[in-house]
Amino acid sequence: MTLSASLLRNPELDDWITVKPDGQLIIATGKAELGQKITNAIATIAAEELDVDPTRITVITAKTGVTPDERYSGGSNSMEESGNAVRQAMAHARQRLLEMAARALGEDPESLIIDDGTLSGRANHKRTTYWDLMGGTRFNYTIDQEIETKSPGSYRIIGKPITATGFEGLVTGTTPFLHDIEMAGMIHARAIRPPNYLACLIDVDEEIVRQMPGVLDVIRDGSFLAVAAEREDQAVRAANKLRSIANWDDSKRLKADVNIYEQLVTNPRQSLLVTDGMPDGTPIPVRHAVQADGKSMTATYLRPYHMHGSMAPSAAIAHYKERDRLDVWSHSQGVYPLRTALAEALNMPEDAIQVTHAPGPGCYGHNGAEDAALDAVLVARALKGRPVLLKWEREDEHAWEPYGSAMRMEMMAELDEKGLINYWSHESYSDTQVVRPGADAPHSKLLPAWYLENPIPAPKPQPSRVKHGGIHRNADPIYALNNKRIVKHLVHELPLRVSALRGLAAYANIFALESFMDELADQQGVDPLEFRLRHLDNQRARDVLELVAKTSNWQNRNKTDGQGFGLGLAQYKNQKAFAAVFVDVSVDDEGQITLRQAAIAADAGQIVDPEGVRSQLEGGLIQSASWSLKEEVTYDSGGITSRDWESYPILGFADVPEIETVLIDRPDQPFLGSGEATMGPTVAAIGNAVFDATGIRLRQIPFTPENVRLAAANS
Amino acid sequence: MANITLEINGESRDLTIDPNTPLVYVLRNDLGLKGVKLGCGLEQCGACLVLVDGKTAFSCSTPAAAFEGKSITTIEGIGTPEHLHPIQQAFVDARAAQCGYCIPGMIVATKALLDTNPNPDDAEIREGLSQNLCRCGTHTSILKAVKRAAQEMQK
Repeated sequence: MTLSASLLRNPELDDWITVKPDGQLIIATGKAELGQKITNAIATIAAEELDVDPTRITVITAKTGVTPDERYSGGSNSMEESGNAVRQAMAHARQRLLEMAARALGEDPESLIIDDGTLSGRANHKRTTYWDLMGGTRFNYTIDQEIETKSPGSYRIIGKPITATGFEGLVTGTTPFLHDIEMAGMIHARAIRPPNYLACLIDVDEEIVRQMPGVLDVIRDGSFLAVAAEREDQAVRAANKLRSIANWDDSKRLKADVNIYEQLVTNPRQSLLVTDGMPDGTPIPVRHAVQADGKSMTATYLRPYHMHGSMAPSAAIAHYKERDRLDVWSHSQGVYPLRTALAEALNMPEDAIQVTHAPGPGCYGHNGAEDAALDAVLVARALKGRPVLLKWEREDEHAWEPYGSAMRMEMMAELDEKGLINYWSHESYSDTQVVRPGADAPHSKLLPAWYLENPIPAPKPQPSRVKHGGIHRNADPIYALNNKRIVKHLVHELPLRVSALRGLAAYANIFALESFMDELADQQGVDPLEFRLRHLDNQRARDVLELVAKTSNWQNRNKTDGQGFGLGLAQYKNQKAFAAVFVDVSVDDEGQITLRQAAIAADAGQIVDPEGVRSQLEGGLIQSASWSLKEEVTYDSGGITSRDWESYPILGFADVPEIETVLIDRPDQPFLGSGEATMGPTVAAIGNAVFDATGIRLRQIPFTPENVRLAAANS
Repeated sequence: MANITLEINGESRDLTIDPNTPLVYVLRNDLGLKGVKLGCGLEQCGACLVLVDGKTAFSCSTPAAAFEGKSITTIEGIGTPEHLHPIQQAFVDARAAQCGYCIPGMIVATKALLDTNPNPDDAEIREGLSQNLCRCGTHTSILKAVKRAAQEMQK
């Protein structure tokens, strides 16, 4: 296997492993633990490759200058990138240790037996251990060539249930989240945000607040406003006071008078043809004219803005130390890119900044974590020497995080005389899908930077040219179709702040694609499973689809009144895990949808931690169901009106279906990330099931009773 | 500032605080009970749940002084990593946590439920957790954990 990109970027073996004299092994990953339990998988991979008991291994995660730079933990890439990097690095470590042992024991390396880090020779029965061989020293070895890793047939650990770590701390509340960290001399801060994106701070009577108990400073820089106090409750009171007395100019209004789905087709845009998942510069062919003979079909699907909605508001700690060294703790998914973004915004050298990942709430993409980091730094810069813990309020998290982009998908297909698709057009209209901070000078993607006296503005979005990237992610069908015309439209000047949210455009594109497949099947009078299989020659995709059909007893399904069944299928990014989702719904006369049952069949390549994969797939299904049934970020010209869990409701325990998950393990195949695999198939399966139950085709998310009734009136 | 006395995890604690401070800040910052999480401050998400005289109560917005004379139990009073409560053990066994931020509140709600209804059916469990939000989508594992806890505690 070729060397992992993470290893090419970080080739020093000592960056990945430290063998301690007491027999403990420290394995470093540049990925962050976000609740996806990547650390359990990394520990298991390392233990397997080194032939040690997993209890010897401690995994350390994202910290600049300490762990390898593995950019962001996102895109369902962590197993492929860090999992493979650790596996290959450990194979190199094992090889070095075998050679050292062979010399020490006077044995041939091939004849040595390894058992839990102890190496024994066959010839003279002498023994040594990894930790004795290393004696607390470093490998001093640069990985510059490929290496053979263990074959699945010789595994001792992978393939068995793993002992997961870290749960005892979570269930007892003793695992410290970033929000819980205490440091000597630490003070507390809050930022006070404007009433909307466009408002400017005119004036505020800082003195009133400076007189309040515990207040240390009011920090004002342009329209950036924050307060620091000795105690957290004092900071909250001072922030509430500032919020009530700050005088904002909010005469500039958000563009709310034109429906977002109209703006998506009327605003300025850049359009690109997508061929084999790649946007290219070739001219976009004119779409076929719609034929009146029923041989062609069209449909338009809509997805609103959705929010990450992390359970805790974003937070960060910043500490300016001597000689202007800056320490930052963040729940960002990318500590190295955040360090770069902070260095640029502050005009500081990168190597004066250390960013450490600390556990935060599940974030599912780019939420307010990085913005909070700059907030905290701006306060800490005014109060040098003292660590500052800054937290957002719930309202700020809801109103200021970058949302998942609203989208509009326009579909068209033509069928031949056998009822097979022989022309396919998919156009996706959307704002950008990714505005993650990094090297952006002379711009900044950090929110507070936009509001400074000397603002550092956000860059104008450019179309992603990444294969199966942003707006065109999963627009290319997994089906074997000829005559595909796939177009992405990057639409500008849209009203809300956006960035990466779980699945990016895959969620909406798969919603359109897999709903449209059902519409075509229905028009042909063919069973939706059969219609898909007729167009599907990808064997692994067929396998998950047929497995979910078997698990859900699709062929013998039998529905009662108001009940319906639906399927959805995708391979995330056309290159990650395959997932097929089945749902069983009922719909009442008011249009209220109930998820009765669900099933998932998935193929994530080689599986290291089956429970971890199951948890990611089911979590994705439930989160997708929540977006699809309930969620839409609302706003008016005055700003965001989704400001708490009542104005932005999400799925609760009453609404969650039972889920049966079946996994296909392929030990001889590469890891395929599973964290985003069920988002798209789930929304499509729900829409398809509602059609099966009612004959009403849902083309606009969310499927609230109101939107169901609207669709019924229009069908 | 005022002197108040709160009974927390079986101990009487004397505090000098602004009595209008919501309980969650007092628990976390004056008493170091950081297992109690702040999620919304609006009594909408359940991350801050504690037991007050055996029933669930939000700690995020009611002033601490309102809890005088009552018995408060936080997640720290339910079990420790070394001595897990059977509910906590069931959550570990079911791997019922992703990010884990909501989990202390879930366990507090489960404790209140099983203390009054040791053998709840599925609908009663869902009702018992109706004050708690989870964004990672761990619901199915949490439901399994609560069922497992109920079974274990009846043995």
